Amino acid sequence: MATILAVDDSASLRQMVVFTLKQAGHQVIEASNGQDALQKAKGSRIDLVLSDVNMPLMDGLTLVRELRKLPAMKFTPILMLTTESSAEKKQEGKAAGATGWIVKPFSPDQLLATVKRVLR
Amino acid sequence: MAIDVGQFINTFLEESFEGLELIESQLLDLRDDDAEAVNAIFRAAHSIKGGAGTFGFQAVGDFTHGVETLLDQVRTGVRPVTDELKALLLEAGDCIRDMLVAARDGAQTDAARIARVQERIDASLRAPGKRPIPFPPSEGARELEADRRSLEEGASNVQSGSDEGVVADTTDPGLGLRGPGWRIRFVPDPDVMRTGNDPLRLFAVLADFGDLQVRCELEGLPPLAELDPEECRMSWLLTLVSDVNKTDVEEVFEWVLDECTLEVEALDTAQVGDIDPVANDEITPPSLPVGPASMASDHEAVASERARSVGGTACLETVPDAAEGTSLEARGVGGVAVAGRSTPLPERRSTDTGSIRVGIDKIDGLINLVGELVITQSMLGQIGDEMVSGEQACLERLLEGLAQLERNTRELQESVMNIRMLPISFVFNRFPRLVHDLSARLGKRIELRLSGEQTELDKTVMEKIGDPLVHLVRNAIDHGIELPQKRIAAGKPESGQLHLHAYHKGGNIVIEIRDDGAGLDPRRLIAKAVERGIVAPGQELTDEQAHELIFAAGFSTAEQVSDVSGRGVGMDVVRKNIKALGGSVEVRSRPGRGCTFVIRLPLTLAIMDGQLVRVGGEIYIVPLVSIVESLQVRPEAVHSLAERQLVYRLRDEYIPIVFLVELLADGRPPGSLASALLVVVEADGQKLALVVEDLLGQQQVVIKALETNFRRIEGLSGATILGDGTVALILDVSGLIGLCGGRREAAGEVAAGVDAA
Repeated sequence: MATILAVDDSASLRQMVVFTLKQAGHQVIEASNGQDALQKAKGSRIDLVLSDVNMPLMDGLTLVRELRKLPAMKFTPILMLTTESSAEKKQEGKAAGATGWIVKPFSPDQLLATVKRVLR
Repeated sequence: MAIDVGQFINTFLEESFEGLELIESQLLDLRDDDAEAVNAIFRAAHSIKGGAGTFGFQAVGDFTHGVETLLDQVRTGVRPVTDELKALLLEAGDCIRDMLVAARDGAQTDAARIARVQERIDASLRAPGKRPIPFPPSEGARELEADRRSLEEGASNVQSGSDEGVVADTTDPGLGLRGPGWRIRFVPDPDVMRTGNDPLRLFAVLADFGDLQVRCELEGLPPLAELDPEECRMSWLLTLVSDVNKTDVEEVFEWVLDECTLEVEALDTAQVGDIDPVANDEITPPSLPVGPASMASDHEAVASERARSVGGTACLETVPDAAEGTSLEARGVGGVAVAGRSTPLPERRSTDTGSIRVGIDKIDGLINLVGELVITQSMLGQIGDEMVSGEQACLERLLEGLAQLERNTRELQESVMNIRMLPISFVFNRFPRLVHDLSARLGKRIELRLSGEQTELDKTVMEKIGDPLVHLVRNAIDHGIELPQKRIAAGKPESGQLHLHAYHKGGNIVIEIRDDGAGLDPRRLIAKAVERGIVAPGQELTDEQAHELIFAAGFSTAEQVSDVSGRGVGMDVVRKNIKALGGSVEVRSRPGRGCTFVIRLPLTLAIMDGQLVRVGGEIYIVPLVSIVESLQVRPEAVHSLAERQLVYRLRDEYIPIVFLVELLADGRPPGSLASALLVVVEADGQKLALVVEDLLGQQQVVIKALETNFRRIEGLSGATILGDGTVALILDVSGLIGLCGGRREAAGEVAAGVDAA
């Protein structure tokens, strides 16, 4: 199964995401902000990143830009967990280098379906 | 696999309450230019909204959405931070908290209030950048308000014209159509893979819909020497035989829509029969047909296999080393930018203590266990003491081990107790908001100072001290600090100072509430007390005694009962509650200079230092903190009053003597005083001399509540288990003083008589 980096400053959302992914048999690395995530990404082989946008210390968009600078993360799928379903916000994520997005609120099943889609 | 999101709700609620606290504390001293604070507030609201949607609190999510939008406008500089906006956001925060609490407890929300606040949020949003609709105006402000409102109405009329958004015509004739299938032409931009999008994965999703045939067009490929493995120079022609919607097909490409040319056309029935995807005229005919046209059973495998075979994914596996250098350089630059951003939030009354969340029941379990350990240790200690007849070396070793056990036990106990200790900032944090709201309502100017917020105390004590503190702070604002004009007239600064200060002193935490207001007026207090029948007319009282009157039951000095502090709870209740915690409260006042309330509380309610005493053959425990001194009776210092009441003269003070044996051992006749010992105890400024037969050791005792294990008994605060397994009762000094109330008064009266004699 895949190793997934889950980044969110909200503990409850993170718990939900982590629990769901682990139930599906994935390895999960947790981070609570962009800086934390960047550190952890540097030390591990990661198949997929799920990241919140608004976070303290380093936001999700900056995180994506930083991750894309890492050779190992150049083509790794990165999905933004975003509450904004407006096109503008999604394009910000894309411009930063994100693969796609999951619009909050999402259910565990929706999360798994989307994850499955990028992990083939 | 069904996952119940219910299990995360508690975390969500906890973090939402924390978020609301942060919103509140940051809002109270928010400035326009404080981007970090604005962002922090926005994030908190944002998280609440996101979580609310996820965990099924739709109403909370909808309500918070408006708040979030307002904050977003502040964040992007569209909306200025005004006092009205702050007030609106504070109240909105209250609404969110109420909704969450109601959701948690299954209670009802104040729907009318929420609707009112929602309305004001909506009104603010309709008038971008304008001042939010303020609170209902007070009497004085009504005229101004009317003027302002007519201005605003004019403006919003103008606004409403431009506000009607044009509904975009998104109707697509192909939308929702189900046909025999779709012909899809997909021409990705060369950079598509730089965002981690792999065309193969898209095809794999399509293959799930039905029969998919993939044809790759390679004429865009440059000569091998010029080939950049990170670029995607291919395009695809796909034929999907399936009855899915066009929208479903387009959704597959949702993430790459802006990075590709996508054409989705319905297949006609004829084309379905002829599965070979003959390109229509607009599409360049494929130069290299891919693979056999047969639709294998595993479409997914076929699709990916084919695309892989044309080398589309080579770049995914290999990381070009050449890119390393530049990307490192870029990372360096980025790193600087990040460092600039990463400055942590300035420390503002933050409740974040880098803490872990532990269920209180677990901690209580631990504390109980450690309590048992303490008991075991003291039991072993006793065995050691009794083994004097044993072999010398063995005994020494045992004693040595016991000493170590004692040290370890105490250390363990301290560290476990520490888990329950929280900084008092948890309580203090509610005051900036309270002071802000109250001073605004009363038209007073107040500067609140908090110090010693990191002083720790037991969670249980903390939970119970909140309300008394709130009451004292309300009192200070309502009755203590004067209106600005009055202060200026008195030669004081316009703004009143209110200072909450906490510190440790001896085994206690001390909390001071100090204001620089008018102070207490002893004459007014006495007049009031006489009026209320608390003091007899003409009775002489010192200033200190007059100050104490505010703690008398049924006493209120407010000229009129205001909705601020006149809530039916008097200072007597404050004192009673603090006493119930084993603490004390006293007041110091200087007329015209202000007033200070000093609260002393035990750090914890679970363990205390006790003095073991023997009374009537039983062992009782006197809390060490309440003992003033212990002494041998000097017969000449004992004075007899009426009804067998004795007082003891100690350094010009007459202290009522209490025969504990009489009080506790149910009518047993008191023994002779001559051979007895007196333990002088004090609580609430009153002293008692307890007659005991013997003073035993001092030790820490684990308090077991009588209420939960037996029933409440006046004069006893609990029980503990001693080293030999026997139960010893813990005396409640305040309660004893209450029990002996009559004698105390008698002592006061007769003391004068003894002096005269």
